[in-house]
Amino acid sequence: MKETKELNIPLGPDPEKLLKLDLSHNPFGERMTLQMGPQHPATHGVLRLELQTDGEIVTQITPYIGYLHRCFEKIAESVSYPQVIPYVDRMDYLSSMNMSLGYALNVEKLMGIQVNERIQTIRVLVCEMNRIASHCVAIATYGLDIGAWTPLLFLFQEREHILDLFEELCGGRLLFNYIRIGGLSHDIPPGWTDKVLQFCDYMIPKIPELNELLSFNKIFIERTANVGVMSSKLAIAYGITGPNLRATGVDYDMRRDEPYSGYQNYQFKPAIGRGEQGQPGDCWDRYIVRVREIEESLKIMKQAIARLPEGDVKEQMPKNFNKMPIGDSFVRTEAPRGELGIYLVSDGTKKPYRVKARSGAYCSISALPAFATGCLIADLVAIVASIDIVLGEVDR
Amino acid sequence: MNLEFLSQIPLLLTIVYCVAVVAFVFLFVLFSNWLERKISAHIQDRLGPMETGGWHGWSQAIADALKLLFKEDIIPAAADNKLFRLAPYLVFVGSLAGFAVLPFGAQLIGSDLNIGMYYVIAISSLVVIGILMAGWASNNKWALYGAMRAAAQMVSYEVPVALSLLVPVIMSGTMSMQEIVHNQEGYFWNWYVFRMFPFSFVAFIIYFWASLAEVNRNPFDLPEAESELVAGYFTEYSGMRFAIFFLAEYGNMFVVSAIAATVFLGGWQAPFPFLKFIPGAVWFIGKAMSLVFVQMWLRWTLPRLRVDQLMHVCWKIFLPFSFANLMLVGLWAVLWGK
Repeated sequence: MKETKELNIPLGPDPEKLLKLDLSHNPFGERMTLQMGPQHPATHGVLRLELQTDGEIVTQITPYIGYLHRCFEKIAESVSYPQVIPYVDRMDYLSSMNMSLGYALNVEKLMGIQVNERIQTIRVLVCEMNRIASHCVAIATYGLDIGAWTPLLFLFQEREHILDLFEELCGGRLLFNYIRIGGLSHDIPPGWTDKVLQFCDYMIPKIPELNELLSFNKIFIERTANVGVMSSKLAIAYGITGPNLRATGVDYDMRRDEPYSGYQNYQFKPAIGRGEQGQPGDCWDRYIVRVREIEESLKIMKQAIARLPEGDVKEQMPKNFNKMPIGDSFVRTEAPRGELGIYLVSDGTKKPYRVKARSGAYCSISALPAFATGCLIADLVAIVASIDIVLGEVDR
Repeated sequence: MNLEFLSQIPLLLTIVYCVAVVAFVFLFVLFSNWLERKISAHIQDRLGPMETGGWHGWSQAIADALKLLFKEDIIPAAADNKLFRLAPYLVFVGSLAGFAVLPFGAQLIGSDLNIGMYYVIAISSLVVIGILMAGWASNNKWALYGAMRAAAQMVSYEVPVALSLLVPVIMSGTMSMQEIVHNQEGYFWNWYVFRMFPFSFVAFIIYFWASLAEVNRNPFDLPEAESELVAGYFTEYSGMRFAIFFLAEYGNMFVVSAIAATVFLGGWQAPFPFLKFIPGAVWFIGKAMSLVFVQMWLRWTLPRLRVDQLMHVCWKIFLPFSFANLMLVGLWAVLWGK
């Protein structure tokens, strides 16, 4: 990816006027190796980026992962099918519901279970709630990395409301273990849906407030527009999915294009990056796509509550896993950080033969050297924040 | 406040004033540290310190200072020991020396130099040497980045600061701080910020923004940009040495605000003559503190600029505007008098 060796400083709309830097030889001295992380405030966990820097310009980026590797895939081979769910929860710990949904759908496909409408609707509801909570953290830490402190506290407050609702639902606030194979751990408590509707009404006016505070702040736009531009071609080539792909202008959403868990019954419009402040696929687009996804998720939540049918959430849960069909299955779902694909091989015993997860954040980080090389250190911080990685999902 | 009799014993006066200034700086830092916590908390919809000391956590800053005092003092093995130890004091001295010419009242001034303004601009440049020293001596790459950013930023922003401070100097025809304040006697529309409209007002705005960069406050806090450079030039500092950097930063905040209050907002003069019974020091500290409040307000509202944008703002916006402003004020002074 040699063609990205240009300084990402907007010098005008004409691409020919972009400042081209010949970095092959530097008459003023040598480059400095800079270890960004694993203990660094802006690497969102324990990511290590080895940078070659020429002054403030980053000429080479090498991401090193594995500091949060917890052998999820290997552990999954030695525990029974339902016991994998807590481990799946811990992959992307900011959106546990979406993670366990992917795994549960996979085992259900393998066993041929078709869960009832109520289970599907509640699953959609909690997944969208968790998506909002996850995007809140993503936007909040993004602002923090740009230097804006206050949005962090504001958005964590909104997230707190969702976590309180989850606590009432299943007792957990971060890791839920709620979505089970063929069902749910609890039915929703009485009066809970009214509280969720109250939350929707509370959250909708918070989005314009956030836009005033951060999204359309002049300094924020200057810092993020035209920075870290990812073309849709590059995004597809690196297998980038989710909000990062949609920010490049590709209209692709698993929930709409390959619906699972009854997503075909909901009216929503995936947010697309259009390069409103700069070029499509820049950091600002990746930001605003997440803000708009929160709005779409709120719409889905309202629809889910409106159509919530009656039913038993536990009746279809398998009693034992001794007679698993032999074979394999692959299910992909739209998690907040891109497509979560889980591949499962069963050899007929009650333990999975092999579990392999494909996570969106892992692909996002693999593309980092391709589209971020040549930026400034401050831009790199913005880019790492904008692709929104969770190292638990990258390392697994 | 009449301290005339003390001038019979100059040495005693100097000592008393020095002790008073140092005590004021410490008190101010403790107070503004607590204030910043409370302001940031209320901006962010929380309460901030509420427990320590009782009423609204008033002694939180004291507890923090004690904690820093008792912390282990770590000097990295690879650091340049002498420079590492010297740097915080240099920064602190640069910040403290500015207080010598701040006119807290009609008689309450350390030294009414006839080149007071020149002295302030010169002495504030000392801080950048201390910061460079700290960054270099730490032998840490992040600290070095912070120091280099600080050097580039503070040296650049001294130019618009100096150019906009020359506007009131032209208007009053003197560099003495006390005489500048005396020239703004009377009602508040005699303050320099409201005279020669709009040139003086523009100078005030440019000075305020450039001084934010001068003291490394948000949105120009690049040398200590936490999310980019860990902690910037004081990454390796701990305990009391870190506290001294902290003291210097808050001291600097007060100095730049106090200079703005002196030369643009009438210093210790009351806004209305009938309010003269209130001591000048109250007005002076009140005006400076309200500017400090604005600094804090901006910090908790705005994101941070990038290095190239920072330089762009300085050299392509502040510098031409402040230069043109200075020229026009000079022309006005020649044509129509002060």
